[in-house]
Amino acid sequence: MPKQSVVADELTKPYYDACNEGRLVIQGCKTCGNLQHPAARACKQCGGSDMEWKPVSGRGKIYEYGVVHDCPIKELQADQPFNVAVITLEEDSRIQFYSHLPGVPVDEVPVGATVQVDMETTPNGQKVPEWRVVS
Amino acid sequence: MATQNAPLSMHRAVEGLGVWEHRGKVTAVGIGHSPTARRWDGQAETAIGALAIDALRKAIEDAGVSPDQVDGLVLDPGTTTGAHWEEGDPIPMDVVNAFNPTDDPLDGIAQLSAEWLLKNMPELTNVNFTMYGRGCMSNAIVTAAQAVGDGLTNTCLVLKGWHNLAGRYYQGGANALSDRPGTAAMSTLWGTPASYGTALQFAAYCRKYGKNHDMMAPFVVNSKRNGLLFPEGFFAQHRPEPLTVEDYIAARWIAKPANLYDNDIPIMATAAYLFTTAERAKDMKQKPVYILNHASSHTAAHSLTPTLEEVEADTARTGRMLYEGAGITANDLSFENMYDGFTLFHQFHMEGLGFRGVKFGEALDFYQTDISIEGPNPVSPSGGNAGSGRTRFWMHTDCIQQIQGRAGARQITGVKAEIGVSGGPMPMGGNFTVWGATPD
Repeated sequence: MPKQSVVADELTKPYYDACNEGRLVIQGCKTCGNLQHPAARACKQCGGSDMEWKPVSGRGKIYEYGVVHDCPIKELQADQPFNVAVITLEEDSRIQFYSHLPGVPVDEVPVGATVQVDMETTPNGQKVPEWRVVS
Repeated sequence: MATQNAPLSMHRAVEGLGVWEHRGKVTAVGIGHSPTARRWDGQAETAIGALAIDALRKAIEDAGVSPDQVDGLVLDPGTTTGAHWEEGDPIPMDVVNAFNPTDDPLDGIAQLSAEWLLKNMPELTNVNFTMYGRGCMSNAIVTAAQAVGDGLTNTCLVLKGWHNLAGRYYQGGANALSDRPGTAAMSTLWGTPASYGTALQFAAYCRKYGKNHDMMAPFVVNSKRNGLLFPEGFFAQHRPEPLTVEDYIAARWIAKPANLYDNDIPIMATAAYLFTTAERAKDMKQKPVYILNHASSHTAAHSLTPTLEEVEADTARTGRMLYEGAGITANDLSFENMYDGFTLFHQFHMEGLGFRGVKFGEALDFYQTDISIEGPNPVSPSGGNAGSGRTRFWMHTDCIQQIQGRAGARQITGVKAEIGVSGGPMPMGGNFTVWGATPD
């Protein structure tokens, strides 16, 4: 399911470089240890700006999902309806990723199932995290 | 006179503040509404600036004051969240020049500044306080209430306008392009419509409490009914057809489990109120409605989107803050008019209030009982956005009108309208007001 191409910006270049190498990283605050996603200039918890990119296992669980029937993004409209699930990270269940859950039929999402990150290539070659059900 | 954004210090956003220091000392005494439309037709007389002037003048007249008695203006200068003037699109200078313009040609067309309004309302000769309560009428209201209470203004207009343009909401701009910048892509690449986050919370709610989407039908049908009794509203003016349970259940999905009628329709409309001190309001034209408290939530989701757990924690906190500052309990509420822009989150607001003792997980069952304006438990008597279109202010107007006895065919009759509450938008993040028939 082709997405829009992603053009890494200065803040997120390390994240997307890691994606291209098949690795998942997220922002961590060196001051307070908070993990956060999406990326931001400062820590959402303490306001500190001393951030780093921390490797994570790439394992998570499906928190819940919706089925998009009327998508605002032109590039995705040909594929609707499609699943959009919220994945919570194994290392910190407050950290979320979105996923189209490749391989899962529409509206048959196994809430609570374990998933593993599986990088997907966008049209310009930039990879982004997607997630596959493993159990 | 440069207009500042309201500082966060004007919000009451934490527990433990006690009763609001201005409880019962600030009143709403005038209401004005512009006509509504689905989209702007490109004419000067229907531009958002013209609609704003119309609503402001109506509020002044409704309050029975003369324009030169107004000394304050609080508004949200933003007039859309999803219908933006695309960069490069020609600006209709005939419309711009039909008014007294500011340096920004979109002023009066796709935004509103205090400067533009004062340049185009020469009768407002004594406004010396202006402030922006950004985001919603809900924020403009709490900002104005605090400002009047603090003595920054005595007779203050409060305004919110919404414009809508050709084309579908949210479909332009970055969503129409083939690529996305990296930071934005983290949250937008998967194509979630605006109602997705709420739909997700609702799905989690149904899974947790064993409920289903069909149980929403009585609430939405009730809201649409109430909206058709709101003559200022879009559906009463343009599409006066009732909604049946069957219509609601058969509606197409937007982001399942949110369907078409769970999403509000973008429209053009403005509303204005006049606030003044309780002392000043004693001899005024309309019965004053006393502001007993205001509260705000600055809570943000920890990650991409709020979970059900985060929402429930925050709406409960909002309820506690509202009652603490007003010196009341849930038992004191005559009615509730919490926000319903996505109908699926109205219940989270209502459960956070504990309206009529409804606990978390019980709202959908409560919807199956008598929630009508004639009954003992009026839920959203305004009809909200579901009933009258996307403005986020029907709830506030209705609170004032109910307590004044001016809600017309929508007047609640099963209980006496003495204390109501309104606010939003989101269950996490918003501004809320408690309104009362007496200052005590």
